[in-house]
Amino acid sequence: MPGKLKVKIVAGRHLPVMDRASDLTDAFVEVKFGNTTFKTDVYPKSLNPQWNSEWFKFEVDDEELQDEPLQITVLDHDTYSANDAIGKVYIDIDPLLYSEAATVISGWFPIYDTIHGIRGEINVVVKVDLFNDLNRFRQSSCGVKFFCTTSIPKCYRAVIIHGFVEELVVNEDPEYQWIDRIRTPRASNEARQRLISLMSGELQRKIGLKVLEMRGNAVVGYLQCFDLEGESGLVVRAIGTACTLDKLSNTSAFLPACNSPSKEMKESPLVHPPSHGCRSTHNSPIHTATGSRLTQNFSVSVPTLIYTGMGSGSAGKEGGPFKTLLRQQTQSALEQREFPFFTLTTFPPGFLVHVGGVVSARSVKLLDRIHNPDEPETRDAWWAEIRQEIKSHAKALGCHAVVGYSESTSICEEVCILSASGTAAVLNPRFLQDGTMEGCLEQRIEEASPPGCGFCHIPYDELNMPFPAHLTYCYNCRKQKVPDVLFTTIDLPVEAIVVGKGCLIQARLCRLKKKAQAEANATSISNLLPFMEYEVHTQLMNKLKLRGMNALFGLRIQITVGENMLMGLASATGVYLAALPTPGGIQIAGKTPNDATYDQHISHMQKKINDTIAKNKELYEINPPELPEEIIGSPIPEPRQRSRLLRSQSESSDEVTELDLSHGKKDAFVLEIDDTDAMEDVHSLLTDVPPPSGFYSCNTEIMPGINNWTPEIQMFTAVRVSRLSTINPTNQTLNKNFNDLCENLLKSLYFKLRSMVPCCLCHVNFTVALPEDELVQIAVTAVAITYDKNQALQANKAPTEKSQQRASTDNEEQLQFPLELCSDPLSSQPFSPAKEVLEGASSHTGIPAAQRVLKSHSGSWFRAGTSPEIDRCNSWIELIKLKAQTIRRGSIKTTTSLEKASPLAEGYLRHRSVPSCTNSTVSVVKMTPLSFLPGAKITKYLGIINMFFIRETTSLREEGGVSGFLHAFIAEVFAMVRAHVAALGGNAVVSYIMKQCVFMENPNKNQAQCLINVSGDAVIFVRESELEMLPVQPSTAAPQPTSSAGDVTT
Amino acid sequence: MSSDLDVFVGNTTLIDEEVYRLWLDGHSVAEAVARRLRGGVLEREGTSVAVLQSDTRDHYRTFQMLERLLHAPPRLLQQLLFQIPPERQALLVQRYYAFDEALARELLGKKLSKGTKKELDEVSARTGVGIRSCRRQFDNFKRVFKAVEELRGPLAENIQQLFLLDYAAIVFFANSRFETGKRRLQFLSFADFAACAQSMMGHWSQGALGEPPDPRAPEAAEPDGDLPKSFLQDLKELKVLVADKDLLDQHKSLVCSALRGKISVYNELEANFKALSRALVNVGGKLTHARDVRDFFVDLVEKVIEPCRSDKWSPGDLRLFLTHYTAARHQALWERYMAAITACLLRMYHD
Repeated sequence: MPGKLKVKIVAGRHLPVMDRASDLTDAFVEVKFGNTTFKTDVYPKSLNPQWNSEWFKFEVDDEELQDEPLQITVLDHDTYSANDAIGKVYIDIDPLLYSEAATVISGWFPIYDTIHGIRGEINVVVKVDLFNDLNRFRQSSCGVKFFCTTSIPKCYRAVIIHGFVEELVVNEDPEYQWIDRIRTPRASNEARQRLISLMSGELQRKIGLKVLEMRGNAVVGYLQCFDLEGESGLVVRAIGTACTLDKLSNTSAFLPACNSPSKEMKESPLVHPPSHGCRSTHNSPIHTATGSRLTQNFSVSVPTLIYTGMGSGSAGKEGGPFKTLLRQQTQSALEQREFPFFTLTTFPPGFLVHVGGVVSARSVKLLDRIHNPDEPETRDAWWAEIRQEIKSHAKALGCHAVVGYSESTSICEEVCILSASGTAAVLNPRFLQDGTMEGCLEQRIEEASPPGCGFCHIPYDELNMPFPAHLTYCYNCRKQKVPDVLFTTIDLPVEAIVVGKGCLIQARLCRLKKKAQAEANATSISNLLPFMEYEVHTQLMNKLKLRGMNALFGLRIQITVGENMLMGLASATGVYLAALPTPGGIQIAGKTPNDATYDQHISHMQKKINDTIAKNKELYEINPPELPEEIIGSPIPEPRQRSRLLRSQSESSDEVTELDLSHGKKDAFVLEIDDTDAMEDVHSLLTDVPPPSGFYSCNTEIMPGINNWTPEIQMFTAVRVSRLSTINPTNQTLNKNFNDLCENLLKSLYFKLRSMVPCCLCHVNFTVALPEDELVQIAVTAVAITYDKNQALQANKAPTEKSQQRASTDNEEQLQFPLELCSDPLSSQPFSPAKEVLEGASSHTGIPAAQRVLKSHSGSWFRAGTSPEIDRCNSWIELIKLKAQTIRRGSIKTTTSLEKASPLAEGYLRHRSVPSCTNSTVSVVKMTPLSFLPGAKITKYLGIINMFFIRETTSLREEGGVSGFLHAFIAEVFAMVRAHVAALGGNAVVSYIMKQCVFMENPNKNQAQCLINVSGDAVIFVRESELEMLPVQPSTAAPQPTSSAGDVTT
Repeated sequence: MSSDLDVFVGNTTLIDEEVYRLWLDGHSVAEAVARRLRGGVLEREGTSVAVLQSDTRDHYRTFQMLERLLHAPPRLLQQLLFQIPPERQALLVQRYYAFDEALARELLGKKLSKGTKKELDEVSARTGVGIRSCRRQFDNFKRVFKAVEELRGPLAENIQQLFLLDYAAIVFFANSRFETGKRRLQFLSFADFAACAQSMMGHWSQGALGEPPDPRAPEAAEPDGDLPKSFLQDLKELKVLVADKDLLDQHKSLVCSALRGKISVYNELEANFKALSRALVNVGGKLTHARDVRDFFVDLVEKVIEPCRSDKWSPGDLRLFLTHYTAARHQALWERYMAAITACLLRMYHD
């Protein structure tokens, strides 16, 4: 009996009138946990009952404590007929199960009914007494902390990052059970809510067990999703990163650690002595003499769809026998792991050594009824397959790990697309195992590559590239090779040197598909996927170039399947990395050069494109200073090609020939306008309107180039459902409609938030669903943060000045951030044996015939080895590159003093003013999809919030139609999240995410139903201004520079 | 391509003051969009009509959801559904319960019944206040009236607590049903009446009893909207002042000797004293009968203000006269009665 759960029902307020005759309610409460139920007395004739119940005590296993939600039902007593339910409150008591989180849950909870929504509030107090023999039987995993945050949480330090944990549980969906035909919608909804709550609890417990097995104590980047597979069942699955975390208990110690990025970025060079920058271990492809840390850079073998965007260059080569040789020598900490994946997107400094590029895999599956819920092997096997593929892709890129890893599904009828993606990377093993090798590592750190560019350096062998790519010497350190474009799924590393500001870049795409059944449907979908990926990639590349940028962060590609179409939506944040080369322009080429008017048109378009690029460079302040020749390192890169080739291809039937044409050795980045489709493509490139002045947007945690946030934030969710109404839809018209839909939505957001200018929309997260024929649903969650314009100007000036200072080797600069000191002495030694061995290797044997066709047409991409008839699985790897100037991210010293000035003081006042009226008003709970709150420090994590709600109506018109219905529901979900956080004693939710919003309507029947699943971390934050009184801790007192910088979320 | 569903929900509820105003004024979404367009948002923000429509609809939906809570302002403070900063909440309530004085003037003293509601069309036409806004304001009056009807304690304070604002005058008038619509009363504005109501409540109501300077004494036996019956009953005793000839003469001589040389209209005062005094006293004496209560303001205007005006009394003359007229007798009841009457007359004495 390891736990005692105690519940007290205090009071209710604003209850609905249940008795029409008296206009009052005779309310009582049922408190249920597991199979035990207690009841309060009936409080007669009141809408504001005061029950003041005794403590209801449940004596239960900790396993039960983890799985079961506490279920509180408010009812209206009726002497003559059945008691009427008013509504329910589900309370997840997990936060009470580990010592560092909340100790009591106490507060007003909205009473929720799936048909009527919120109906009054109830005041509840919940406590748990845990006994000491906890964890003896290891069926439970009480004590393992869960975080949605995809970075090491503030006020913790990562001792070890163990790695990937995953689990899934399946069950029948109550909505599809036979009993559903005879029960009320309310009963059905409640059964579903309860089941999912139970399954989430079980899932979390099982993951916790795995973490304990790995000797970890926490899961970071925990992402739990539901697959509503309809007839075939309900899958709840979760992934995360197991860690051993240390709480930074000393207040002064965590002070620097818990800084919001704005401050952190400014302070870090000051706080951490010179060695700070050198943490990343050098790990270039041609650097082999590093003993146990030897990586598998050369293991390039798996044939796969690789698309780089570079038309020219040599084809990939295979590692062959040499690879095997190296493998044998390799003893990476990751080697033993089944899946060296990390769901983190932000890392402690030095953790990320090199980034290879985006790896992703998709698989189309036919759903089948899950016969035995206790044996979820099929689903497990599906995911295992995909993960295996991701792993091999990473290897192909010379990387031993995948970071920023995530998984998703899209389901339509019985077809399901499983997707996984991440960023191939080489990691510093220091964090991955116990500190035994700490000593030898410290040494190597000295020779590490510079922090600002190290992650850009290619992890694979230049002569053994998995795909053709154009490499140059790093524009920052001049020692290592870098690609000319880089795509990643992670956040921008804090130490990255960026020029100008970033911006949200989206690729949008529709593809019509014939309605089909089962196998045929799955086959046609899997046939379409590679074309979509190619197109999405092309769009991203073009849009990136159009903005004069050279890297994408936070890339998320969502492919959604509907009855008669597929949709692709890719979002990422474009930036200009100083380490990568300046991107070339875009050239347009016409097919019929003799036609004068046509030529004129082409040149007009060209001019427009050039103008746009110039305008964007100005808008995003991309003006990398030209490096004086003398400081360019000895291996002067070959004259930069002005432009490279990237074809915009249409999907038309003459694909094959077109691909052939494109395959030339053109040394230009050319968009060929060979038909109206291509014309449309170019037009659509130019239709993306930049945000209105004063606005920036990005889908990463913070906006590169802005670092002076004020505490004013506004999190929001916007949902639109539109009919892509065309009588004879074509891909082009659908594309246009979809594009307009997204653009209009963004425009509408900018308008709504105009009062917050100057501001940035951060973590803009689009989700697309196709609920019905021709209906597209887009849901956006993001946070708008106001920044201080004056300080922004100041900070913007800094980079340029700094870079100039750096060019003249300014002493002070070096002390702060010694880029020059940490160049790698070994980098210039070519590893000649590798070249020879690899030269001979060639094996594209794994590529199936079908894929080879594609490959032969476009030298730049090939498809993964999957047997199409069984698996309909395909995947691709992206990898991109660039070059640039040495620009320092502007710091720091100049702005620190300003930072403490007005905005914070204002925030302080604002914050103060709130508690003064808490007597009568509800306490304010902030919500944000980011892992931090600007101008504030998170002092405590109270536990994970993971909530699932269903709302249904049979009076849709009366509730204001679909918009009225959903508006109210989303507001209710926010309210319930806030109430739970407040009851835990928190004042904010960070890393908030709406994972699912499934909306269905039947206007003819006046009905609608919606399911929403949200999660996040409940926290307590304190305004920085309130902490200022505390003594500022010198940098050395931080327990570990790693942890403090780990908090630097980007 | 049409958007079937289009919502925006912020963790902090966005309130656009301009749209709120348009909504309160009873404009439809289409009208509101048209007005916003005329306001030049498009040019300022460089956005499209579609965006404006979507934005307006969002706000309207929010307001419609909020309206239920606005009907009971303290609930707005406690509710969990919308996170609204306190100062914004205050603004919402204030604006929601704000009324057009022209409309309030029309409704003063009328019974807040369905019949009156039906007449709102005409009222709307007369006052230029939109019909929907008229209805909302009418419902506000009625809601406040109903909510405080049953309550004990000082009226103004009750309203302040329940609705977070000062609505007392309207409720007081609706309660006592004073006639305000007569043609000879047309020169009086809503503000005049509101000030009168305030004086009457301040001096006469139950709450005003006990310690006179504190009109918010807690103990009260009956709803504060009604004037206390005992007080009204007592007022009848004052009739002796005009009924008893000796008393009347004595009163006159006291007042006249005090004012001689100090007032420009001394002769007129001397001539009219008895008529004026009779009017002033009788107004109070009639207050016990509901039917006569209606004529309170009519009587004051007809029997005091108009004669004085025709004799060209200046406001200063009237003030001086009323001060001495009151001071000539030392009696708590008299002083309490005259304090309100004086305040009302001085407020009403204009063109």
